[in-house]
Amino acid sequence: MREFKGRVIAKGTFKGEAAVTHQGFNTLASFQKSALMNKKEVYVSDQNNKDLFNKNITGKILCLPMTIGSTTGGLVIQTVCDMKINPRAFLFSEEIDSLAASGIVLAKVWQNSDIICIDKLGKEFLDTVKTGDTLEILEDGTVRIL
Amino acid sequence: MIEHKMELNDELIAILEGKEGETKKKILETLVLFGDIFGAKRMVKVTHKEGHLVTSFGIPLLKPLFKTMDEINKEGIKAEGGFTCDPRPIDYQNVKCNLLEKIVFNKILYGKQEEYEKQLSKAGLTDKDSFSCASYLRECGNRPEKGDILSWAESSAVVFANSVLGARCNRNSGMLDLFGSIIGYVPEFGLLTDEGRKATWIVEVKTSKLPEAQILGSAIGMKVMEEVPYVYGLDKFLGTEIDDKVEAYLKDFGAASASNGAVGLFHIDGLTPEAKDEKEKLIKEGAKRYVIDDEEIERVYKSYPIMWKDKEASPKLCFIGCPHLNYYQLNKWHEDIKKALKENGKSKVSCKCVLNTPPKVLARFKKEEKAKYDELYKMGVTISSICPLMYTNNPITHSKPIMTNSNKLRTYSLARYFKDEEILAILAGKKVY
Repeated sequence: MREFKGRVIAKGTFKGEAAVTHQGFNTLASFQKSALMNKKEVYVSDQNNKDLFNKNITGKILCLPMTIGSTTGGLVIQTVCDMKINPRAFLFSEEIDSLAASGIVLAKVWQNSDIICIDKLGKEFLDTVKTGDTLEILEDGTVRIL
Repeated sequence: MIEHKMELNDELIAILEGKEGETKKKILETLVLFGDIFGAKRMVKVTHKEGHLVTSFGIPLLKPLFKTMDEINKEGIKAEGGFTCDPRPIDYQNVKCNLLEKIVFNKILYGKQEEYEKQLSKAGLTDKDSFSCASYLRECGNRPEKGDILSWAESSAVVFANSVLGARCNRNSGMLDLFGSIIGYVPEFGLLTDEGRKATWIVEVKTSKLPEAQILGSAIGMKVMEEVPYVYGLDKFLGTEIDDKVEAYLKDFGAASASNGAVGLFHIDGLTPEAKDEKEKLIKEGAKRYVIDDEEIERVYKSYPIMWKDKEASPKLCFIGCPHLNYYQLNKWHEDIKKALKENGKSKVSCKCVLNTPPKVLARFKKEEKAKYDELYKMGVTISSICPLMYTNNPITHSKPIMTNSNKLRTYSLARYFKDEEILAILAGKKVY
């Protein structure tokens, strides 16, 4: 088991499966197709993302360095939380970016979402965690790779 | 009142205590919580009052957006300085659609467009022609000055305002753009601070000719992601003054860097306002280095996946102008298309071609260059003010081979990217692949 500690942006506890991207996660490009088609699950539609393209991330723990792309990003996160097709948690290796932070705050304040978000987990976290790993998230920002 | 770390003045504390209503309280809570994440010490006044919103489309699934707008409208809350908005998604007159496409657009994708535009008007939309991703162009009027604090979203507009105009704006998300315009304050961090505007990447452009703006921007965006690049070597191609031609280049370059990465600010040595004033002082110690030569530009270009179902297909539609074209570009595309057709003995372009430009630039072009406007239509080219990305959201269009010279459109759709010279050759009936 490996353990990492980050900063809590939105707290919660959860145990689930990791979906890992080593490159910036393009929020609009990734969620766009599934959200527009009103799907029950999100299959990542960002053609540039070799790690997650066509992979299901709904209910998973998304492990990423940062989000990139359009400034609709925050609203898109808020919307997928409203549709309840969001990843259950966002775990950032770096400091959270402004678009993702907007989305998490919007989802908490306006949707009362239970989404979990931790940032600053470090590069080693992203180098260690693999898609399919089981992770345990604690309220204090601890993340365990089981 | 929510727990907050930043200092707030009495005016803002009163709002957080709910003295101006529940909705305004939630709007400010969102801004404060957002700022606290980034260690903002305070909220600062928005000095360029006219906002810019990224959300211009009435997609029914964006329920949180409509619900919040409804709350804002019901409480009579307005952005006092007004705001412009990204382009509209539909223009059946200039971007023809078949019946099935129209059904999907009208009933499914943008079924709430009319209702949403009413909500926007009530919240402070400047006027009915305020729909463009390039509202900062002179004709459109929403043009901040150096040092102005903004509450904008739209990645291409934010990076342009920061870099080319020297204004100060973070990469705000949709909703927060409006929230900052309503409250009149934004949290001070990141690109609003001197420290946050310093470059952590040195980019050396060592190409034999001026690289295509959209490929150079894409290469830098994918490399530096959300960091700030200081770019050497472009001034020898672009000069040291920003005229309409240079502005067009920097607009397209910035849009590609923001959509293929997350660049919110770039400095071009000897050209952009802060680089001219502060030069190397803008570069942080230990900045990383990225050298771009002809080979690197070609490598990046060839890395773009081709998403067409039939990779050998001939394009059926061409979108030029994402972000929207400025006046110089509109004239230049007219000239270039006309020349390409003439050289190849053609009178019409090989597929439907749409030039996208802001409504107010189009109005000027129609007025001052009526003959060119008519000629474009005779050549099979139409001019619209839509967002091509919004058009390509329609799944019925996915089987259509669409070509574009926009790296942003390529990223968010199945459209295939071509260089300008290739676009012209294809429009003139040549096979280039």
